[in-house]
Formats: sequence, structure tokens, C-alpha cells
Amino acid sequence: MGDAVPPELLETLRATAREIRRDIVRMTYAAGSGHPGGSLSVVELLTALYFRELRIDPARPSDPDRDRLVLSKGHAAPALYSALALRGFFPRGELATFRRLGSRLQGTPDRLRLPGVDASTGGLGQGIGMAVGMALDARLARRPTRVYAIVGDGECQAGALWEALLAAAHHRLGQLVVLIDRNRFESDGATEEIVGIEPLVDKLRAFGCATAEIDGHDLAEILGALERARATIDRPSAIVAHTVKGRGVSFMENTHVWHGRAPSKDEAERALIELGVPPSEAVR
Amino acid sequence: MTVGGHRASLVEAYGRALVELGERDPRVVVLDADLAAATGTGAFARAFPERAIDLGVLDASMMSIAGGLALDGRPTFAGTNAVFAAGEAYNFVRQSIGLNGANVKIVASPAGLSAGPDGAALAMLEDLGLMRGLPGMTVLVPADAPSARSATFAVAERPGPAYVRLAGVPLPDVTDGPLVIGRAAELRSGTDLAIVALGAFVHRALELADDLARVGLSARVLDFASVKPFDEPALLRAARDTGAILVLEEHSALTGVGALVAAVTAENYPVPVRRIGVPDVFSESGRPDELLDRYGGSAAHLRDEAWELLKSRGRVS
Repeated sequence: MGDAVPPELLETLRATAREIRRDIVRMTYAAGSGHPGGSLSVVELLTALYFRELRIDPARPSDPDRDRLVLSKGHAAPALYSALALRGFFPRGELATFRRLGSRLQGTPDRLRLPGVDASTGGLGQGIGMAVGMALDARLARRPTRVYAIVGDGECQAGALWEALLAAAHHRLGQLVVLIDRNRFESDGATEEIVGIEPLVDKLRAFGCATAEIDGHDLAEILGALERARATIDRPSAIVAHTVKGRGVSFMENTHVWHGRAPSKDEAERALIELGVPPSEAVR
Repeated sequence: MTVGGHRASLVEAYGRALVELGERDPRVVVLDADLAAATGTGAFARAFPERAIDLGVLDASMMSIAGGLALDGRPTFAGTNAVFAAGEAYNFVRQSIGLNGANVKIVASPAGLSAGPDGAALAMLEDLGLMRGLPGMTVLVPADAPSARSATFAVAERPGPAYVRLAGVPLPDVTDGPLVIGRAAELRSGTDLAIVALGAFVHRALELADDLARVGLSARVLDFASVKPFDEPALLRAARDTGAILVLEEHSALTGVGALVAAVTAENYPVPVRRIGVPDVFSESGRPDELLDRYGGSAAHLRDEAWELLKSRGRVS
């Protein structure tokens, strides 16, 4: 199914993903704090959703019929903010205010401050419950809304996530799609060395989800899985997206070290050059 | 003077009000967490089965689900025992409801010592302190069934999150008008002493006032059902007019309304304040009225406390 995605579209999406990665590095460097590792791993998921899948209109961010996205792993806010800015929800220049006093771009997303944010998140394990509530709301109101939630793999250790999945399956919430950013690392180390969550797909299936397992950096695969999820109407879909923590910046990849650490000036410069920014423009 | 009309169930009054709300507003949804019998929502569920969702023992996630349902303004009632609603689910209430500005009305019952024989694990004594600390949260403690009914309508009309604490046992009718958010109700006028009371203690406050009246002392009784927003002007008027305040609540004295009364008076108009509440202990099993007695609420002990305050003001010797 992914093969049906036009090559030109894929090329545009890839370029967008590259821009988001650069923004993540710039934002966390400028803020002096933040979570680059788990932001870089969700870039393609957010790109596919915001630039292809979601029925949204930046001019009408409160349209009740719009699709919703809950970034349950709220610490990946830089990736979300960049996607929202590029999609036109607010000026891109505002990204420079990330984590600063008075900014609409809080450390974790705040829906009451920033247009385009559908749920305020931050503490883990709550986003799926909120997404379940949004899906129930849409069903009761007979609205066409679909609800997407992105959770971290470390977050899969939170019991509340599984509580909410029980409810999602019980109420046959076909309009709910859960995407798991399986980058294998949480703040303190590898998930499987801390408290293992595998076999994750089996667990999700046992909890009543229609499951899929994809390369979370392959945009065609992501779009294909989202399309199949749209055809699933009798139960929630859960897509395990295998990703690389820190993806795109060699020294941030496959380690927990960059979970919650911002790059220094030199590191940001190296990262941006790796992401294709000319050295003269890398860090101003 | 006799105090209190017939005893009536607060949760049943709430349940009947919910049905009326459900008829008026097709958006109203009611969530339960396997305690629908305790939260009085059965009639609503029979009348509007599509809009009554029992989420089983998903106490914490119920609050996230409620938040998601209510983001666009849908009036969403979520009910369970206070120990789960405010305790187990605290950060879910804080983030999924509070930080999201969701239109969720949490209805907690039983709460406080009305958990009775169920004992300490189920007797929540810290909920008011937790909930009133949350920005934007309205916090109400109706003292009788008519108040429980008016509280239901009041929170439905007021956008944003609310926490309504309902005793799990029937209480005598004591109020003489609807509960108004932000307003303390003066149930007795008086100038020798002010009694600030909540929930089941309002009835006992009236009995104490009658007791004092028999020896020629007048006690003002304030039903502080609206814990947040808190009626500071009424409290400070009472401080000014009477010069001494006795607070009665079935809550931890460490973090309850008594602590708030002491802080507000200390900052604005310092007067002697004495607090009746559960001291720094977990409670135990017993009948609710026995437990109120045990934790400082017996008629004799209340009289002693009032007397101490009156002595400090030179009203008695």
C-alpha cells in the first residue's frame, strides 16, 4: 500500500522531516535544555501525520470536526512545535522562544497557550486516556474526527496506558490510532535492561488492538500503516514504529544519553552540519 | 430549637439532579469507576444508557478519559470514592483535567469519615487540601441533600473543572437556600463566636449554636460549602464581628479548610482560631457518627472548644 504514495510527495515529506530535525537541534541548543533524542525519533511519524494524514486546517485550529493528535510523550515537544510551525499554526520565528519565560512553547505542550496543540501533556501514561476520551466524544457527537496518539516506549511501562487501552478496545474505538515510538531507550537506559516491555506487539494484540510493525523512519511505510488503520473500524489500531533514538545526528543515535540533554554550541554545530546545514549557517 | 429536618441521601439527590441535567443538555456524560451504587448515577444510566459509561476500576485513567471527553466543553461528570478521585488519580486530575482546562465535574463519594466501617484505606481525609491547591478547580462540600442538588446544577453551569465532595451517608437537611459558588451561607447569626463548618459538621455546628444560645451566647454558623472559590469577605466579617472562629470539618486538620481559615485570618484580621479535624493520623473503622465523635466532634468536646475560644475573648469566665 505504501507503494502507492507518489514519489514527489515522499521527497517533499523527507525535506520537511529534515527541516524539523534541524529545528529540534536549534531549539534545544538555544534553550539549553530539552529532549533531543526522543524528538529526533518521532520526526517521520509527525511529518506523515501533520503533512498528509490529519484533516486539519491551521486557519481553524478549534474546528470541532478536525482530527486530533495527542503527543503523549510530551517531552518530544520540539518536534511537535516545528511541525506545527511549518504547517502554519504559528510563525516559525517563535521556535526560538522554546522553554523561555513567557513563551507559548512550553517545555511540554500546553493546549491553552498554543494553537494546534490538541492536548496538554508531559506526565507519561495519560495521553492514551485523553485520546480515548476524545474518540468517545467524537462518537457521541457523531463527528468524523479521528484521534492519533504518539507514546514513547518507556511510557509503555506506565500502567495507565494499558488501562486506557482496555477501555479503547472495550468500546471498539476504531477511530483511535496509537503510534508507539519504539526507539529502545528511555531516560535511564535501554528499556529492555530497565523493565522490559517485549513482546510489545503481542501485548498490544492481546489488549485488543489491530497491530502493525513498521520502520518508523520510512515515510511510505508509515503512510501505508495509517491507511490500513483507517480501514480498521471495529477496534483501535496500534502501530509499533521501530525508530532510532537521536536519528539523524550520529553522536546522538542509539543512546539514552541525549534523552534529556541539550547540545553545546560545538555539538549543535556538528549536528546541524550532519543535517545538511552549510557550516557558515550552522549556529548563529 | 430543634436542628435539622429529615435525613436524606446526598448522592441520591445528586443522581436525580443528573437526570434533569441529562434531559436539559444532551451533551452531559457520566463516568463511573465500578462504584455507581455509591455515586448515585443509576437513574441517569437507566435514562441515558449511551451517555453513562462505567469504566471499571480505571480510577486514574477515568480522569484522563473524562478530560478528553470534556476538552470541547462537554459537561462530563466523573464519580468515584474520594480516595481514588483525589488520591489515586491526583496527577491525572492535575494534568488531564486541570492543565487542559477540561470541563470535568468530579463527584467524590464517599469521602472523609463517611466511609465509616470501610476504614482508613477508603476514608479520604486529604482530598480538599489536594483539590483546592489546583489552579482553576472549583471545590464544593454540600452539607445536605438539597445542597448536593444545587451544587450539581451550579457546577454544570460553571465552565471548567470542579470537585464536589459528597458524604456517603444521609445527612439531615440544614440549609435554607441553594448552594452558591463562592458564597458562604450564614445559617445562624451571632456575634460571640463564629463557627465555620463543612459537610456533616454543619448539623453539629447548628446543635452547638443552639447549645450556646441556651446560656445566652450567640454563635454565627457559616456553611462554607464553597471551599474554592473561598468567601474571604464572609470569613473576615465573621472575624471582625465575633473575634473568634471555630472550624469543624471531617478532613485532615493539617491541610483542611481550618488551615485556610487560620491563614486568611492571620494575614488579614488575626483572631483566635481553633480547628476540629482529624489530627495527623489515619482514621479507623466505625459508624460515621461514632467517627465524628472520635476525632473531636462530640457535642461535649465541641462545647469545650467553643468555651476556650469564648474565654479567650472574655465572653465567659
